[in-house]
Amino acid sequence: MPTRLAVTGAAAVAHAMRQINPDVVAAYPITPQTPIVEYFAGFVADGIVDTVMVPVESEHSAMSAVVGSAAAGARTMTATAANGLALMFEVVYIAASMRLPIVMPIVNRALSGPINIHGDHSDAYSVRDAGWIQLFCENSQEAYDMTIIATKLAEREEVLTPAMVNLDGFITSHGVEGVDLLDDEVVRDFVGIWEPKYPLLDVDNPITHGPLDLFDYYFEHHRQQQEGLKNAYKALPEVFAEYEKISGRKYDFLDLYRMEDAEYVMIVMNSAASTAKYVVDELREQGIKAGLVKPWVFTPFPKKELLEALEGRKAIMVLDRAMSFGKEAPLYSLIKSALYEAKDRPMIGSYVYGLGGRDVTPTMLKVPFEDALKGDLDPNEERYLGLKE
Amino acid sequence: MPKYDSWKDMPIAGVIDKPATAREYNTGTWRIMRPIINKDACINCMQCWLYCPDMAINGRVKEDGKTEMLGFDYNYCKGCGTCAEICPVNAIEMKPETEFLK
Ligand code: SF4
Ligand code: SF4
Repeated sequence: MPTRLAVTGAAAVAHAMRQINPDVVAAYPITPQTPIVEYFAGFVADGIVDTVMVPVESEHSAMSAVVGSAAAGARTMTATAANGLALMFEVVYIAASMRLPIVMPIVNRALSGPINIHGDHSDAYSVRDAGWIQLFCENSQEAYDMTIIATKLAEREEVLTPAMVNLDGFITSHGVEGVDLLDDEVVRDFVGIWEPKYPLLDVDNPITHGPLDLFDYYFEHHRQQQEGLKNAYKALPEVFAEYEKISGRKYDFLDLYRMEDAEYVMIVMNSAASTAKYVVDELREQGIKAGLVKPWVFTPFPKKELLEALEGRKAIMVLDRAMSFGKEAPLYSLIKSALYEAKDRPMIGSYVYGLGGRDVTPTMLKVPFEDALKGDLDPNEERYLGLKE
Repeated sequence: MPKYDSWKDMPIAGVIDKPATAREYNTGTWRIMRPIINKDACINCMQCWLYCPDMAINGRVKEDGKTEMLGFDYNYCKGCGTCAEICPVNAIEMKPETEFLK
């Protein structure tokens, strides 16, 4: 029977990992990811899963170990955050180019400096071109669901691409919420048995992983990676539909909230979307046609879906929880590019908020809507919510 | 890795899906200097065979138990000149590949 637990986001993710029962988890603790691997290490110690847990001495080693393990043919997971991800960086690219379907929850946190351990999305954006699937989650329930979805998606033969599941540091990872868990067997059947295409442990068919790849084929292998992500884009609706069948919970590229007739649309990822939905409801009560778009999928970037959702609206306000120094904010620049082909192009504005865990309040999120209602959006001006001006 | 014409045909990720493909890789195409043996000077000591980093020197053990240097496998000889340096009687001369262009 499905169970409802009052748990933190970290515990919810650890339960998803428990039900997936990966062959190998190699991880290093880093705030605010630590409780994920702590809970999971508990499951290993108690014999609830038969995963081989590899405690390593750094995140660079963690990612190296999972690359080795996945290449051997084991279903492999790890988890990290911020500077841990930065330390993994080199191997993060290698995992993707080796086409190893590793699943890695990322508890989003400021990359520093100055030193900060609280939530923003600078870590996730820093690896946006590494070739991983990137899913984003508003709350613990979504983090649980997406961990299971990511496993299924990453391992599809035409995809074979590692996947990151992003959840907000502390807000989601440490906040307690009600989370509906599926039955263990349901999850086990959903993810199925992992049958690796080129396992190193298949000694009857010796193969080589990770050879030198110079100018003769490197280009072609990157083109193949692009195809893997294109295939992930095609496979996502199928995987979401299958997941809906077992869970009753519906996912898509975009979470469209009160969008049917919306004229003023806010776009924001992860936990701040909850506050934004509250603000949208308030504005709706005042007769303002507000709406919200929350991308669940960041890579492969759902450009077509965004264009469809945004074309013809009066105003779009894109919120980024990170900066791209000297350039437009990361999500904003992509949304702006998606709108290039719109016949009826809305007004658009860029807002940076919540850096380093700065609180995000309804009052704050009303500002972009107020600007839009006044007709005061400038596509070339980056504005800041909650900055001490 | 064998030759592939399109990104669509080759195994993903540069995986080499069968063993011992290094045999198909002719490192001899890298060569700009070619070792040439003077059989009259050669004392068949096999020092060149021992030191060649590419196993590009052919040799055999004769019926009388003595070794014989047979020449070079130019598919693999990359022209490093180690054999010429090590040869105690200077029986190997390194010549520019351009001399052999037709
Ligand atoms: S030149 Fe180098 S590679 Fe060629 S036979 Fe001599 S030692 Fe071997
Ligand atoms: S090292 Fe010189 S002498 Fe000895 S076998 Fe080789 S070529 Fe002949």
